[in-house]
Amino acid sequence: MTHSYEDMWERLNLDLEAHAGLLEVLGKFYGNIYMSQQGRLRGMEYLDFVLSEVHGLRIKELQDAKARGGKIVGTFCVFVPEEIVLAAGGIQVGLCAGAEIGKGEAEKVLPRNTCALIKSFVGFKLARLCPYIESCDLIVGETTCDGKKKAYEIFSEHTPVYVMEIPQMKRPSDRELWKSEVLRFKTVVEEATGNTITAEGLREAIKLVNKRRRALQRLNRLRAADPAPISGRDALLINQISFYDDPARFTAKIEELCDELEARVGSGGSVAPEGTARLMLSGCPMAVPNWKLPYVVESSGAIIVGEESCIGARNTRDLVAENGADLDTMIDAIVDRYMMIDCACFTPNTERLDNIVSMARELKVKGVVHYGLSFCQPYAIEAYKVEKALRAASIPMLSIETDYGMEDVEQLKTRVEAFVEMIR
Amino acid sequence: MNPDAPSDSLIGIDIGSRSIELVELYPDGPSRRLKVPTTFDPLGQCRKLMDGVNGSRVIATGYGRKLFAENFRQVEVSTITEIQAYALGARFLHPEARTVLDIGGQDTKVISLSESGKVLKFEMNDRCAAGTGKFLEFMATALQVLLESFGDFALRSDRRIQISSMCTVFAESEATSLMARGERAENIAMGLHMAIVERTTAMLRRVGMTPPLVFAGGVAHNPCVVRLFEEKLGQFPIVPHDPDMVGALGAALYAGNGVFHRV
Repeated sequence: MTHSYEDMWERLNLDLEAHAGLLEVLGKFYGNIYMSQQGRLRGMEYLDFVLSEVHGLRIKELQDAKARGGKIVGTFCVFVPEEIVLAAGGIQVGLCAGAEIGKGEAEKVLPRNTCALIKSFVGFKLARLCPYIESCDLIVGETTCDGKKKAYEIFSEHTPVYVMEIPQMKRPSDRELWKSEVLRFKTVVEEATGNTITAEGLREAIKLVNKRRRALQRLNRLRAADPAPISGRDALLINQISFYDDPARFTAKIEELCDELEARVGSGGSVAPEGTARLMLSGCPMAVPNWKLPYVVESSGAIIVGEESCIGARNTRDLVAENGADLDTMIDAIVDRYMMIDCACFTPNTERLDNIVSMARELKVKGVVHYGLSFCQPYAIEAYKVEKALRAASIPMLSIETDYGMEDVEQLKTRVEAFVEMIR
Repeated sequence: MNPDAPSDSLIGIDIGSRSIELVELYPDGPSRRLKVPTTFDPLGQCRKLMDGVNGSRVIATGYGRKLFAENFRQVEVSTITEIQAYALGARFLHPEARTVLDIGGQDTKVISLSESGKVLKFEMNDRCAAGTGKFLEFMATALQVLLESFGDFALRSDRRIQISSMCTVFAESEATSLMARGERAENIAMGLHMAIVERTTAMLRRVGMTPPLVFAGGVAHNPCVVRLFEEKLGQFPIVPHDPDMVGALGAALYAGNGVFHRV
């Protein structure tokens, strides 16, 4: 595939040599972590294909759309309402990155004690390695944490970033702020795309995004079966790909995969040997290709049956009300739905604690692995309250703090194995 | 193989970053305990230890457990983590133990046990070796004192000075500047020991320090560290007779699945 896309990558001004290296590493990494699994669903072939074409065919689709006058909007956070972008005829892609490759470049402009996710997207830009960033007509940042907020100021020296203000509390005045931000975003998207958002367009967009959320909810319900019918790694990959694949096609493919999964659950099929410990992940998002911890967990006698994370349940749990009669009502429905996001940037954030405990109970997990990216203060500090809430529900928790580097894999294995020994 | 020995012994091997310990337990006889340095050839060292054993079931623990399992296919090998191994070993030697501290060559573990000996919670130091045996080893070398006598050396201090840096590299430069200011080496050594105990106490508090505390691992040989824990915690930590053998013992006990009773 690499040859046929080289012209495109060159036009996007990528560093071709380093980019070829990135794809090679990614391919090997994917082979080790994904293709080595036994008993995968046939439906995963689509995901394997999409991932193998992550910088290829999907970028070509975006370029083709651009040639037809379409606009690409890149985002870093589940707070940015995709419904608005789709209603204006735009395409939204997630730009969160899970690879360490541009770290050296990023550390030229960012403090070393910045979280890996921020370093990664800044690094991808500075090292000219991400065709998604280079395809964007509008890049949207947000004020979730101080690290991202300040990093966008540096990022925007290289490419403009439009920043949405995310409230940090959930009082009526915060909802007002958020509503004004959604309306401001609507204007910006309309300007960028040259299209005015209509009630009809927004209604369709709401339905489309809800459909994708429903498909992912169905996946989550099915994989909750005991014994587990799909690996946590595969489920994470599906969630990761939902951020950049075409929403309608992706939804159809995931519904197909869920049909296959349903049949497997019906016949008691499983990918986990008997005695495998059921665990849930909770905490920071894991962007492609950050599969380190899931791989460690699933090589240690455990299986992940749920992700309480932005790339996971936090993104799919709540739907936007579909019964809005006019534009204003639909905007209000969007505002309300996004205000339900239980990100650790909020204070207080008790909803998250309740959501974690009820999710852990519903999934009948033996324990929760809390995942924090090093230097991510909101999640690191909240881990204390998460553990307390889980302890009150008699569910053990292991707190892991790590980044995208591979040098701590053996230490992580020891911790995770010891946790599995403890809860078994 | 030793033809005179009974063949149904249970073997635990703890492959650590600095040393490898092997414990062989016989149902009706005394146990055997062996220890070698890890060196740059841990497998070769394991082979040496395994040459004299009789059992066919081995439990490997420590950071080299996987390496061992992959290379010794002539015996039945299972692996357990150091957490499980130390918990089992410490509890066997001291059934009253509720907290286990292990400071080894490259990591520090704190394990909280239930009344019945089940692991309730554990903490390990992160990827940096600050506050482990390696820290002491490095500092002893910097002060030109033998590691084995470093604790006694520190106990001859006449003044307590604070070494604020826990990073091995920064602590060394702090020690160097103290020396340049004419501070006695014994006092600097004491400050370095205090730094380790300070850091480990924070870990102990995080798991909820329920007494009695069993202190195992190679660093438990160091009398200054033991003394400082006693001061800091207001209780004397129980140091097993062979503190660095606790992991291998725990592994051997795991092999026996609880058939051994305290001797």
